[in-house]
Amino acid sequence: MGAAHDDGTRATGHHSEVTLTVNGTPHTLHLDHRRVLLDVLREDLGLTGSKKGCDHGQCGACTALVDGRRVNSCLLLAVTLDGCEVITVEGLTDGAGEPHPLQRAFLDRDAFQCGYCTPGQICSAVGVLAEAEAGHPSHVTDPATAPGRPVALDAAEIRERLSGNLCRCGAYPRIVEAVEDVI
Amino acid sequence: MKPFGYLRAGTVREAAEALAEHPGARCLGGGTNLVDLMKLGVERPGLLVDVSRLPLDTVEELPDGSVRVGATVRNSDLAAHPLVRDRYPVLSQALLAGASGQLRNAATTGGNLLQRTRCPHFQDLSKPCNKRTPGTGCAAREGTHRDHAVLGHSEQCVATHPSDMAVALAALDARVELDDGRTTRDLPADRFHRLPGDHPERDTEIRPGELVTGVVLPAATASLPSAYRKARDRASYAFALASVAAVLRTSEDGTVVHVGLAFGALAHKPWRAERAEAALRGGPATEDAFARAVERELEAARPLRDNGYKVPLARNLAVDVLTRLATARNRTGTTEEDS
Repeated sequence: MGAAHDDGTRATGHHSEVTLTVNGTPHTLHLDHRRVLLDVLREDLGLTGSKKGCDHGQCGACTALVDGRRVNSCLLLAVTLDGCEVITVEGLTDGAGEPHPLQRAFLDRDAFQCGYCTPGQICSAVGVLAEAEAGHPSHVTDPATAPGRPVALDAAEIRERLSGNLCRCGAYPRIVEAVEDVI
Repeated sequence: MKPFGYLRAGTVREAAEALAEHPGARCLGGGTNLVDLMKLGVERPGLLVDVSRLPLDTVEELPDGSVRVGATVRNSDLAAHPLVRDRYPVLSQALLAGASGQLRNAATTGGNLLQRTRCPHFQDLSKPCNKRTPGTGCAAREGTHRDHAVLGHSEQCVATHPSDMAVALAALDARVELDDGRTTRDLPADRFHRLPGDHPERDTEIRPGELVTGVVLPAATASLPSAYRKARDRASYAFALASVAAVLRTSEDGTVVHVGLAFGALAHKPWRAERAEAALRGGPATEDAFARAVERELEAARPLRDNGYKVPLARNLAVDVLTRLATARNRTGTTEEDS
């Protein structure tokens, strides 16, 4: 790890063609290597559900699902995602346009105030449900729990697993209740 | 962010050759730290060598009973892997104590080892920093340094290494595999990271053109009682103020047979508590003995103006974790005798 510097001699270009399937629709884009997924979603594809909060992977407002896993889209260079399947909050509804059960639960529980963090909270919660089902432990899971079995999500598990999604309004109690409604 | 070229490496050799050919190149794993540093202007690579799709994404048991973790295994998958949860619980616990679910899904094993300090002065181009730009000075030594090192720091640098995972690897006697495309070598995990000395710009012993290809967890520490405990400013999703990884094996009569102890967030590298380990080996596994040994280790601490709290915090964490491990072992022993 030497000091940060620039060799300035790279012969290849600074753009690449990238194919992303976003909410089921393939898109082939000619992208500057510097573009992150969040900006491509919002600016190129008009999918403004994913929000830019901190832009440094600290707030979770940009959370989307890439190949089924929740990630911070602000830290993912789009060029690295060629061939990947991306789901954003806009893609969580079913074919008939019905909201995802988590979206419905957030509405029923009034699990937001300003709503800015909500798409990230919901995408993150979708990821949480899949991770728990796959047996992924968390910091608060009893280490003696047998590997490979689904982890039951209580309020402490939900709070820990959603800790990467900040809510400046402090709607956490209702966010936890909304997630509890769908498990 | 400066424009850069992009190469998706198909083989380790291809990646190593690109790194050797382009001194301004950087390896890209999950990008959770590197992309952030590029946004901040701290890193300005001319070429990114994407190693995230190299075929190094498996956790496998080797014939000698050790477990090899590929460099591109994601932190979340490593923490959840049955071999890790069963045999090296301290590693699973350390990984799960770090970052957030989203970040762990992206972050790789190799990238976790190679992540840079979160010293705010290192990340702020308006501040002097010997690690970022050698020779410019250190803004932390007399500035904001509540989170900084108490052990092994130098006039040049008081930064800490932020990894939780690496602390567990040090306590487990893991080894880090390196490959420059022609030859491979490995290093003990607790010798992979460096103390700052006069060259704080060098975080690790990795050589130009080398890649981290994996980590080997030894058979010798498999299935020993082990645990990780981390103190931080909030209950989740924060870097450590101090942390401890401990591996402890005691005999039937309560004597320490094996102990591996490492601290996080106290130094420029995971701090292997070799003095404490030597003091404990062959002695009684009691709270008093743990306290004396840990205090002996921490005699070397040289806190800065505002981080003296770390010394008693680390002491208490270590004594607590070791005592719990010793007690759990005794309880298990009793149960076995009773049944």
